[in-house]
Amino acid sequence: MTANKTHNTDSVKHAESTPDVPQPYTELGLKDDEYQRIREILGRRPTDAELAMYSVMWSEHCSYKSSKVHLSYFGKTTTEQMRSKMLAGIGENAGVVDIGDGWAVTFKVESHNHPSYVEPYQGAATGVGGIVRDIMAMGARPLAVMDSLRFGPADAPDTRRVLPGVVAGVGGYGNCLGLPNIGGEVVFDPTYLGNPLVNALCVGAMRVEDLHLAHASGTGNKIILFGARTGLDGIGGVSVLASDTFSGDETSAGRKKLPSVQVGDPFMEKVLIECCLELFREGIVVGIQDLGGAGLSCATSELASAGDGGMHVVLDRVPLRAKGMTPAEILSSESQERMCAVVKPSDVDAFMRVCAKWDVTATEIGEVTDTGRLVITWHDEVVVDVPPRTVAHEGPVYNRPVQRPADQDSLQRPVDLPRPSTSDLRDLVLRMAGSHNLSSRNWVTDQYDRYVRGGTVLSQPSDSGMIRIDEESGRGVALSVDCNGRYCKLDPYTGAQLALAEAYRNVAVSGATPVAVTNCLNFGSPEDPGVMWQFEQAVRGLADGCVELGIPVTGGNVSFYNQTGSTAILPTPVVGVLGVIDDVRRRIPTGIGAEAGETLLLLGTTSDEFGGSEWAHVVHGSLSGLPPRVDLKHEMLLADILRAGSRDGMISAAHDLAEGGLAQAIVEACLIGQTGARIFLAEDQDPFVQLFSESTGRVIVAVPRTEELRFTDMLTARSMPWRKLGVVDPESKALEIQDVATFGLEELSNAWQGTLPALFH
Amino acid sequence: MTAKIGVITFPGTLDDQDAARAVKYAGAEAVSLWHADADLRGVDAVIVPGGFSYGDYLRCGAIARFAPVMGPVIEAAAKGMPILGICNGFQILCEAGLLPGALVRNSELHFVCRDQWLRVENTTTAWSTRYDQGAEILIPLKSGEGGYVAEPNTLAELEGEGRVVFRYAGANPNGSLNEIAGITDARGRVVGLMPHPEHAIDALTGPSDDGLGMFLSAIDALVKA
Repeated sequence: MTANKTHNTDSVKHAESTPDVPQPYTELGLKDDEYQRIREILGRRPTDAELAMYSVMWSEHCSYKSSKVHLSYFGKTTTEQMRSKMLAGIGENAGVVDIGDGWAVTFKVESHNHPSYVEPYQGAATGVGGIVRDIMAMGARPLAVMDSLRFGPADAPDTRRVLPGVVAGVGGYGNCLGLPNIGGEVVFDPTYLGNPLVNALCVGAMRVEDLHLAHASGTGNKIILFGARTGLDGIGGVSVLASDTFSGDETSAGRKKLPSVQVGDPFMEKVLIECCLELFREGIVVGIQDLGGAGLSCATSELASAGDGGMHVVLDRVPLRAKGMTPAEILSSESQERMCAVVKPSDVDAFMRVCAKWDVTATEIGEVTDTGRLVITWHDEVVVDVPPRTVAHEGPVYNRPVQRPADQDSLQRPVDLPRPSTSDLRDLVLRMAGSHNLSSRNWVTDQYDRYVRGGTVLSQPSDSGMIRIDEESGRGVALSVDCNGRYCKLDPYTGAQLALAEAYRNVAVSGATPVAVTNCLNFGSPEDPGVMWQFEQAVRGLADGCVELGIPVTGGNVSFYNQTGSTAILPTPVVGVLGVIDDVRRRIPTGIGAEAGETLLLLGTTSDEFGGSEWAHVVHGSLSGLPPRVDLKHEMLLADILRAGSRDGMISAAHDLAEGGLAQAIVEACLIGQTGARIFLAEDQDPFVQLFSESTGRVIVAVPRTEELRFTDMLTARSMPWRKLGVVDPESKALEIQDVATFGLEELSNAWQGTLPALFH
Repeated sequence: MTAKIGVITFPGTLDDQDAARAVKYAGAEAVSLWHADADLRGVDAVIVPGGFSYGDYLRCGAIARFAPVMGPVIEAAAKGMPILGICNGFQILCEAGLLPGALVRNSELHFVCRDQWLRVENTTTAWSTRYDQGAEILIPLKSGEGGYVAEPNTLAELEGEGRVVFRYAGANPNGSLNEIAGITDARGRVVGLMPHPEHAIDALTGPSDDGLGMFLSAIDALVKA
């Protein structure tokens, strides 16, 4: 620290004596009344450091000020029965679910949308890093990641800049971290052109008794900051606090122009994971918190307010990697790969020994006090003295105006789109299979390590990702993240339920039992009443859907302001569903042909439903009408039947029908299994509708011929609509849709696999 | 007596527990070796597993090769101890001078993870006796810098002495010279390869169980010795 900085320190004492100094709160994103409230809470003007803390912690990102009033609906609708398997829920770093046999699983999705537009590689990389630390902060070993990505049109020039960078960032960080990437989404739509979505999911597991919560309790316990040093990266709006006019001398003006996107070091994170796990095993961690958005401001205020007293932090002790940083900068830095732990004084030596073994820098920066206040000192002067709850939990709450958009009715009016004749269907099957949103994602997922740790049982292109948790018993979990923003645009309530139903079905199709839900709600500006209506509708749809399915939302994330100019993105409530399987050896694969002589069945009902469909988008560039109907009772029955079929060995493969309908699903089932098939369409329904309708609640199931009768008897007995679709035909190396067309597997493969490499090679 | 096979963990090593699992599946005892260890804890063979040791900063394997544990590894190799380097481990063995040549950025310039067919070309090394000459095996390949390169005379020597152990079958995934996926030292005791046999020990979690043969071969070699 340079000595000449000290006289500039805006201490509490200094603030008291200079009440009328103008402060740049507007530039930091605070409204007049918010600034006034801070002054009322403190009984004086805030110091630079306090203003930095309040402004980041009261930002939309950290305080959920626009979404809070709506998100409370999740809590209100969660029943005791739904809560029964939940060990930690909304409000913790991540939700935790009891999956049996003494295992607890924690999972969460978080957005890193805006940074990924500014700097695709680092934005995506640090998105993965952040969610992994959230999982670690629960005491769990991170086990796998998934990512849900959305970009502008695949052939738009800027998508060529953003997509390869994001994919390389997700891979570059995740691969180096040693976590398998087991699935996700890649979706293209023009509304994401100036605002891509990068939502990263991490899942981890621990023994139930090892659950760690972010609490700073026990007066006299030490606060230890460990991991990377703190630098100037990731300081966004806060940099204004250190501008020349505000806080005085800056020897090099250029230094403040560092990019506000953080830079990740996955090697540091890998070492940090192993170090944390060893600390957990030693039983010397009272509380732990990761440093993510808002850095130390967030970690200290959240730890203190969740604990039972106050906290005193000596900011001078924070190891820095830049010279001349101000207290405000240190508190707001979003430097990656840092964690904060609460440790008993008698365990500090042991803690430091573990960190030294892993070459992790660890520094005691303060201690838990009984003052009820978060006090931070800098060069022996108090620069922060606040009630921690007012920073972390008592931020502003807004009841933003909600207004159903005026054009919603006209949007929902069905438009009569010209339909193809049967002779056009051959070309259409190939065109759809190679379309931007339906084509194979291998070009992306082949850049991710899906094998590391040796527990991956299913991964992309399977409907869900599945990992083994317990090597002895084979107990494992399945995960899927889904959303169709086009459906949500047409009807956000139903659209959110469709995303839930899709993720639920994807998990069930693998043989697992869905048990919990997480979400990442990506929307436009909350200041737009139409966007707030979409948001409110989506939250209600999702919460009501969870009640019907009887599984809880254990956590989530909200990302607002996703828009280009005044055009919002499609409402995109990404839903993640976690399922449990007691033995991963009975998982159901997606590709057909695992056993000789399989019969193909189609479960569910096909109706004429093309509102928001991929066909309407690809062929007509149209988005209109109503999305497919959702029937969650039917989804539950379907899941139950799939689980029973898997348990009793009656199912050899299953693949759910989603965007692109039956045609796309059967093409994928053949290509993934590298096996031909012959299928027959029903005579009483238009072949086009049968092949391309997006009616939900449908699954293709392959059953060994010996099990066919037993399985179909069960379907009939349980009133599940089904019909025989055809047979697997390994010899033919072709897919024959009788009376429509025959396709060689190579022809299908070229259509499906060729699109993304041609665009991004 | 159960063979003891050591698995080294450097900071940034990722596939150590997978390698240890493969050793156990094959019937041997897996012993963890730490990068700062000064000895090999009495093991009979060593696996240098995959990952990003020390973040692969500077150059893949360039820092790991100076780790304390590498001293005894190089000494043991001189005495003929079976040593297997997988992916980053292969890069480390090349950096350490136990194997010739080097590994460079994939020709496609990005990380590739895929199930890769390999042809077994030498069944006499400590790590490949369980395979049939010319057999094709399916093993995951996952690396960003897996292109094998060596000077022309080194390459000629490797080919002339039959020291190419595994070769990529079908399209070359990373631009390796002569489609080389794995090589051995002059005595056939040290083997390095880019693909990951430890991820192919069980069809439940890998594309096949074709990788198990490498670990079984090593156990055979130890029992014979």
